[in-house]
Amino acid sequence: MKPPPFTYHAPRDLPAALRTLAEVGGKVLAGGQSLIPMLNMRLAAPGHVVDINRVAGLDGIEVSRAGVTVGALARHADVERAGAHPLLTWALKLVAHPAIRNRGTVVGSLVHADPAAELPAVLAVLGGHVRVARWDCGRVTFREIPAAEFFVGPMESAVGPGELAVSAFFPALEEGSGAAFHEVSRRHGDYALAGACAVVGVAGARVACIGVGGGPVVIDVGGDLSSAAARVRDAVDPDDDIHASAAYRRHLVGVLAERALRDAAREGAAARGA
Amino acid sequence: MEHEITLVVNGTARRARVPARRLLSDCLRHDLGLTGTHVGCEHGVCGCCTVLLDGRPVRSCLTFAVTVDGAEITTVEGLADRDGRMSAVQRAFAECHGLQCGFCTPGFLCTVTALLKENPAPTDDEVVEGIAGNLCRCTGYQNIVKAVHRAAELLAEEA
Repeated sequence: MKPPPFTYHAPRDLPAALRTLAEVGGKVLAGGQSLIPMLNMRLAAPGHVVDINRVAGLDGIEVSRAGVTVGALARHADVERAGAHPLLTWALKLVAHPAIRNRGTVVGSLVHADPAAELPAVLAVLGGHVRVARWDCGRVTFREIPAAEFFVGPMESAVGPGELAVSAFFPALEEGSGAAFHEVSRRHGDYALAGACAVVGVAGARVACIGVGGGPVVIDVGGDLSSAAARVRDAVDPDDDIHASAAYRRHLVGVLAERALRDAAREGAAARGA
Repeated sequence: MEHEITLVVNGTARRARVPARRLLSDCLRHDLGLTGTHVGCEHGVCGCCTVLLDGRPVRSCLTFAVTVDGAEITTVEGLADRDGRMSAVQRAFAECHGLQCGFCTPGFLCTVTALLKENPAPTDDEVVEGIAGNLCRCTGYQNIVKAVHRAAELLAEEA
């Protein structure tokens, strides 16, 4: 249960980090709460680890009317305490345990792209994006990847070789809309068997489901909440494993989606004073 | 390749030469001889190895020692005061029988020390949420929850 040997890099600024990634490739270490268990269990053995913990300027949490921008070194606990976005704050309370949240990062969780993780679903249901940087012909260049293109498959994001995700943008909830997140896990703090987060506004409703596909499964429910559970069950493609059967997960995600939509709708109605 | 690092452990600057892959838990135990930090699962599930990093509880088995070069670490050895008097949290655990075999106890003590600093009078639910990341296979948690409330009382009395 010890990590395999690797060459360690600890760049001090963004250009140095990107140059290193361009030269050696390697795995980015931010909070390490997913990477280090994988190293300890020898599920991963990267030749190079690029530790970005000393890179200045990546730990910001910027709040504007449009939404919240979370830097690559902003820890779950800091984003949770900032309370800048109701759905993000709700989801963060469902992520593992306080000690893990003190170290783990929001952007790291997105890039890790675990299909049962909460934060990818939040980014997906809100239609946010991830900003990635790379070293290109002697300078730093950026591109923005929308959530719909970011989660490529299980444990695979659209961040390419030599690229570093520097921040994620979570759009604010529209006025008069509500949001909710529900999940069921075997033990408190574990990855969920299934879960669903919903945003319900005047214009319609969206739900993103976790644990039932290769990444977050987003379903536009429109205005008809009564048939939502059936539509969610049709849209998802869960797997069997030792924790739950596919049939149980399909049933469960329908129930959770219905519950999340109902709570989000109630919150939205309250926000509109209805 | 080895890296020269300095950790401020329980108020004392300690130097160590470690390979990059050295976990903070192993650095504390093997390089610095502080075996109070226990290692259970080594993948972040059991909470035995919890230490305070700049005052916040973290898993030392999910942290590389090189990453936290220069940081302040508090381990279970650093909870008692300078005269060796046990902290309020430690006394409460003893008084309420909040431990049996004691293997998980260093992690609980560090976690609870930070929990009560942030929330000096937690409710039952807040205590359970606060210790949810630490596993104990002996006590059934009842006496640990009691110990946390007792520690809160002691801290309030002694403040």
